[in-house]
Amino acid sequence: MPRHLLGIEGMSREELLQYLDNAEHFIEVSGRDIKKVPALRGKTIVNLFLEPSTRTRSSFEIAGKRLSADTINISGSESSVVKGETLLDTAKNLEAMAPDVLVIRHRESGAPHFLARRLKTTAVVNAGDGAHEHPTQALLDLLTLKIHFSKLGRDISGLKVAIVGDVRHSRVARSNLWAHRLLGNKVTFVGPPTLVPGEFRDSSIFGNNLHLEADLARGIEGADVIICLRMQLERQSEHFVPSLEEYSHEYCVSERVLSRYAPNSVVLHPGPANRGTEVSSEVLDGPRSLVSEQVTHGVAVRMAVLFTLAAGSPSTNQEQQV
Amino acid sequence: MIVISGGTLIDPSAQREGEYDLLLEGATIKDVQKRGSFSELKSVRIIDARGKWVTPGFVDLHVHLREPGFEWKETIKSGAEAAVLGGYTSICCMPNTRPTNDCAEIAKFILDRGRNTGLARVLPIGSISKALQGKEMSPLSELKSAGCVAFSDDGEPIWDAGLMRRSLEWCLMLDLPISCHEEDKHLSCGGCMNESGLSTRLGLKGIPGVAEDVMIARDIELARFTGGRVHICHVSTARGTELIRRAKADGIRISAEATPHHIVLTEEAIGEYDTNCKMSPPLRGEADRLGVLAGLKDGTIDALASDHAPHERDSKEVEFAKASFGILGLQTSLPLLLDFVRQGAISRMRAIEALSTGPAKAFKLNAGRLVAGAPADITIIDPDYSWTFRKEVVRSLSLNSPFIGRQMRGIADTVVVEGRVVVDGQRLISQGA
Repeated sequence: MPRHLLGIEGMSREELLQYLDNAEHFIEVSGRDIKKVPALRGKTIVNLFLEPSTRTRSSFEIAGKRLSADTINISGSESSVVKGETLLDTAKNLEAMAPDVLVIRHRESGAPHFLARRLKTTAVVNAGDGAHEHPTQALLDLLTLKIHFSKLGRDISGLKVAIVGDVRHSRVARSNLWAHRLLGNKVTFVGPPTLVPGEFRDSSIFGNNLHLEADLARGIEGADVIICLRMQLERQSEHFVPSLEEYSHEYCVSERVLSRYAPNSVVLHPGPANRGTEVSSEVLDGPRSLVSEQVTHGVAVRMAVLFTLAAGSPSTNQEQQV
Repeated sequence: MIVISGGTLIDPSAQREGEYDLLLEGATIKDVQKRGSFSELKSVRIIDARGKWVTPGFVDLHVHLREPGFEWKETIKSGAEAAVLGGYTSICCMPNTRPTNDCAEIAKFILDRGRNTGLARVLPIGSISKALQGKEMSPLSELKSAGCVAFSDDGEPIWDAGLMRRSLEWCLMLDLPISCHEEDKHLSCGGCMNESGLSTRLGLKGIPGVAEDVMIARDIELARFTGGRVHICHVSTARGTELIRRAKADGIRISAEATPHHIVLTEEAIGEYDTNCKMSPPLRGEADRLGVLAGLKDGTIDALASDHAPHERDSKEVEFAKASFGILGLQTSLPLLLDFVRQGAISRMRAIEALSTGPAKAFKLNAGRLVAGAPADITIIDPDYSWTFRKEVVRSLSLNSPFIGRQMRGIADTVVVEGRVVVDGQRLISQGA
């Protein structure tokens, strides 16, 4: 049975830290003149992206190539899915060509889990499923924080993290929640009750270290880390917000509010950002922003994930050959 | 003539429970007497019911037989076979076929097909609105004349309260109930499971309980206002149950059903996106499960109804949000309900009532009674028979059930419809149709 990366939920702390350690080693590869190691030579990685994505897809592709794997990309518009083929048939046909890893992005929650239970030889990597999980995003966020805070002599445990915006529809928020929970960090979801549903108060599922806050200033007060979420334009027509202007009036993360309530914070954004809606350009382009580090570290994280899953048996020996 | 002898007779219509034998003549029950009373009779067939329970044939107010239009999922014949194997002698089938059962021709087609199986009585439910569009009223009088026993747009709520009002008023004359799938679609909003911490964790769009409750509340008020008969389908929330309880206390003409899956399972059964646990209304949390169960126990909810909804594998072997709603039910209702009897959560009499007399009364059907003159529709239960609900046991054309592989206790051993033995020793007796 291949092992998969379907989500952060259910992962052990050790596993999480192992991914981060491995990823940290891989950062160096992207700084070389010849940005390539032979770790996955002869391995095949299929990136099946059935939902639009530029950043994540190119990040996975570059990660695979830097490990010397053969990577192919299939996007929604060019896949057989548009001809009416089911997801399962598409995946089984791909599996019949003996890839080692299938990276999948899908608009429906649970789609990677559905495939993982049915494929026999292919490792499945969740590159974002609906509003469920986006594990490599959480890993790259953590790697970015780990590197940043280690420069300040701090650990990534014991941080105060505020995740601001459309939490309801966000797989990034959920994966980050599980990740920070493993590290013992306090997480606050900040946003209007329409977008930060009270169901997150179910502590039997989400634990006791999650807080919900409708007021931006109170929500970010004293935070070490602010994760801004993308506000999707169609939320207005679905009655989640009266208007984007009204949303940004209440929740736009600006330098003014940060300098007052979270003066020492750093800011992450999974992209693509709506400047002026969920975060101001001043913040995004300013010294607090770790956005471009996130993208850089995304490649290293995905190298670590692909290496772990594709390099053969899941024995710890092999994992440590990085 | 047939004598059913030696069993424990349970007749909720007479609140009778004890050692009685039944004498059947033709399609009717001729007599009910103390055990052994018919032992002198000559040339009768004797059905030995020792160690078993003799109950009125079960009545299901809510099944989907898929014919006409979706015969690969289920046919009237395969559905009727599954029904009698599950102990049902009457099944009311919802009109969401293709074409919709919204005119006499379709209703007669269904009745004819049902009659030809010679198995369970197949009683069609006509649609309230033409083609289930919620716009124009179906010809309700014509549908009643053709043989429909109730009206419903099941799957679709009657969104237009004016249409609901006028339908209830028209049915005052027909004396038939309107059976309501209660869901405010603006609140369910494309959801695919209960709205909860779990749906939030799984990233699935939720259907909040209040989507059901607000529509139950509306239809209670419309029933109060019009004096019409309203029947609430597949109640899934504690709050909805409480609304119905209060409406009954107010004297409103309301009845209700609950499904086995809503009292046996909670949303937890979905696990990692199991589409065989996707149905509408969705499986809810534990408090709702207990609330509905309490309603079934105290009679607020009149009937257990299977909401038997067959779907082919392809429509379930997909991403959770894309999968069809619904599961099989006809062959598993009895043992699932008996588990509650064994646990002491519900009395034996009440359980049998919920399967037979309760639903028969809700739709005013001539069924659910073991008294002289009543139709000879009888189910003989082997309450302790242990079996596994395996794929091979499924008589439906579809296999969509979360209970496949589950250990069951209790089964319909012998089933009599209109005096004909259609299941004998758990085996289907072909009626040569």
